Amino acid sequence: MTTTGVPAKIRVEDVSFAYSNAEALHGVSLDVYPNEVTVLFGPARSGKTTLLRLLNRLTDLLEGTRRTGHIYLDGQDIFAPDIDVTELRRRVGMVFAMPIPLPMSIRANITYGLQLKGIRDRALLEARVEGALRAAALWDEVKDRLDAPASALSGGQQQRLCIARILALEPEVILLDNPTSGLDPISTSKVEASLHELKQRYTIVAVPHSVQQAARIADRAAFMLGGEVIEVGTARDIFTRPREPRTRDYVEGRFG
Amino acid sequence: MSGRADGDLALEQKIGTRAMPAVRRRRLRGESVAEALVRVSGISVIVFVALVFVFLAREGIPAFFEVEASNLLGTRWYPTVGRYGLLPLISGSLLVTVGAVLISVPLGLAAAIYMHELAPAWLREILKPLIEILAGIPSVVLGFLGMIAVAPFLRAHLNMPTGLSAFAGSLMLAYMALPTIISVSDDAIDAVPRSYRDASLALGANHWQTICHAIVPAARSGIMVAIMLGIGRAIGETMAVLMVTGNAARMPDGLGALFQPVRTMTATIAAEMGEVANGSVHYHVLFAVGIVLFLITFLVNLLASVLVLRRSTRSDQLLE
Amino acid sequence: MSREMKQKLAFALLTVAAVVVVVPVLLVAGYIIWRGAGAISLEFLLSAPRSGLKEGGIFPAAVGTVILTLGTAIVALPLGVAAAIYLSEYARDDLLTRLIRMAIINLAGIPSVVYGLFGLGLFVLFLRCGTSILAGSLTLGLLTLPVVISTAEEAIRSVPQSFRVVSVSLGGTKWQTIRHLVLPNALPGIITGVILGLERAAGETAPILFTVAAVYLPRLPRSIFDQTMALPYHLFVISTQVPGMPVTFQFGTALVLLAFVLSLNAAATIIRSHFRRRRSW
Repeated sequence: MTTTGVPAKIRVEDVSFAYSNAEALHGVSLDVYPNEVTVLFGPARSGKTTLLRLLNRLTDLLEGTRRTGHIYLDGQDIFAPDIDVTELRRRVGMVFAMPIPLPMSIRANITYGLQLKGIRDRALLEARVEGALRAAALWDEVKDRLDAPASALSGGQQQRLCIARILALEPEVILLDNPTSGLDPISTSKVEASLHELKQRYTIVAVPHSVQQAARIADRAAFMLGGEVIEVGTARDIFTRPREPRTRDYVEGRFG
Repeated sequence: MSGRADGDLALEQKIGTRAMPAVRRRRLRGESVAEALVRVSGISVIVFVALVFVFLAREGIPAFFEVEASNLLGTRWYPTVGRYGLLPLISGSLLVTVGAVLISVPLGLAAAIYMHELAPAWLREILKPLIEILAGIPSVVLGFLGMIAVAPFLRAHLNMPTGLSAFAGSLMLAYMALPTIISVSDDAIDAVPRSYRDASLALGANHWQTICHAIVPAARSGIMVAIMLGIGRAIGETMAVLMVTGNAARMPDGLGALFQPVRTMTATIAAEMGEVANGSVHYHVLFAVGIVLFLITFLVNLLASVLVLRRSTRSDQLLE
Repeated sequence: MSREMKQKLAFALLTVAAVVVVVPVLLVAGYIIWRGAGAISLEFLLSAPRSGLKEGGIFPAAVGTVILTLGTAIVALPLGVAAAIYLSEYARDDLLTRLIRMAIINLAGIPSVVYGLFGLGLFVLFLRCGTSILAGSLTLGLLTLPVVISTAEEAIRSVPQSFRVVSVSLGGTKWQTIRHLVLPNALPGIITGVILGLERAAGETAPILFTVAAVYLPRLPRSIFDQTMALPYHLFVISTQVPGMPVTFQFGTALVLLAFVLSLNAAATIIRSHFRRRRSW
């Protein structure tokens, strides 16, 4: 609970998760609040990517996984049997570490998800394309070549295209898994800057690629280690005066 | 994607499809229909193999009741007078196949090594399509050429009564098996890790020594698969041998038999099936020959697939 | 002999081997073109045989081959692609999958004349199709199935897994992903594989001997229950069973058959390299 009493957008309640050959999460609990950037950070194998992928049930793609605990989106259990998974994934969009443009034009990349949903109206599609590209700060760079193949874009542009792709679906939550790890410093700062804009309309959960990036973008941060959440708090608290010694050690760079 | 998603889908359908919006219901049904169709197609392959065996057996097993074992195991194949000895046919097939393998395996392996190790890239780009063309030549065309050009050549230069012989058959078969042997061997050589090659060269071996002592032994099981597939191809070939081996069903006697006419199992079926009355003894025996052919190629393929499986486990161990 | 000498000798032998393999291919093609070109004329290509096959042309046989090739495609393509989709997208690593893979290897190894026997036993007799285009297409289709499945599966697997993950994360179902993303991008590879399979089927004689082929038909086939002539069988008949057959016609028939088969090969190669260059991943 925040001090202002706003209910959590996403509530993770005592979730444990195991892949077929390894355990990944142990009794993780976490609240994500709307219109904030919540950051999951920690060393490798800490379970942060696993937790992220649970939030839009991308983990369903794997065989042999086991899960206990609950995850609630706006109070609804996302693993309930009557949940439409495809609708969930439109409400909770994900941007991956490497930009993955689909092998089609820029425009088609963005309309792909809309057409899967059943939207056919040409005017509506065009409007969504423009809206999404503007929101991702890509419109000016590509508005004259929407039919060019998406693979012709630079790495940074491709990543913004991936962001536009999910914005077109009008999500509520945006998950970012190491979104700038493949990008040069300029593109990285562009993406980080856009997060400030995006969080006004969306809820953002991000796994950064470094503590420094975490400190730059986070409103709220959770430090994870070995599949557990060690400490959660506001960015200011976590990065300047963490309570747990392990958090302090990691933030200060004693291990990585 | 399977596991959790499929389970939830099934659960959703059980719990209350009626409660869901129409679009979603339609999509769910479409998903299950598509998945069912695709699953049936996959399983159908097994059904087809079983069907082939069943129908061969249906028409061929009666032969084993209608003809005594001593006849079937005899050395005389004269169906018109009721002699159905399978041995000349089996040995004809074996003779021609062994000859083909003796020619095509060394030749194919050498060509594969040449292409992979010695040929410059531009030459490879010429050789590969040529070998693909060889693979594409229909067997009836090769049989025709064998009959009209190769056999007379053999007759003239090797002093045979007619050129139509087991040797001519082996020659044509060898060329038909070459593309398979070459491409599978090429893949096997390609799969040898670079580190083997580098290690051998670092120890002071030259290229040829590296090929002999490091690369070929490492590609050994892939090469064996190539040989098995080549053998399977040769045994099963019909038209080329029909037109070129002279079609005399006789037991081979000594090495000279290679240069005399023989009859293979495949040629026998092709040549005689057309003139046979449905349901007659001859008809059943021809199907029985088909059963023998099916079993032989089944075994050869079984060996090949076992080798393929063993290869992947062994290479996993090597990488430890 | 020194090491260097051994290597030189070995390499010379290897080169000889490559020559021995490849030169006859050129010789075969060249010889058939040389001796068959003389027979090629509009009459040869477009008219039916006369006078006991010794005169006229090969038109009905050529048409028959085209019909059978199409029939093979109709049988093998949908079934093969569906099976390939099952193997690459739905199948788990269990006994059933292993059995299916073994079945494919076995189907691939069955001799073509045994397929002919099977076609006779099941389609012609048991299912009472009679010797017909239907029976022939079903038989040839089954013979082509393993090739189609293998190449289609490879084409489908070559579509990067990351695309599927993206599609699902955008709200796509599994089948939507296959239909709108995977299949369209695997299509060139699938088509290449089908064409290569058809190339083999078009040249086969043994499977059609007992299931569809006729030595001579006065008319073109009018339904799938009719027999038809076909180029491979025609070549076989006129080179082994027609005394006094002009040799040029034999070579001409071989040339047409070879040209048909190799043009399929060329089409497949062109499609494969064109799409490989255009691929953006």
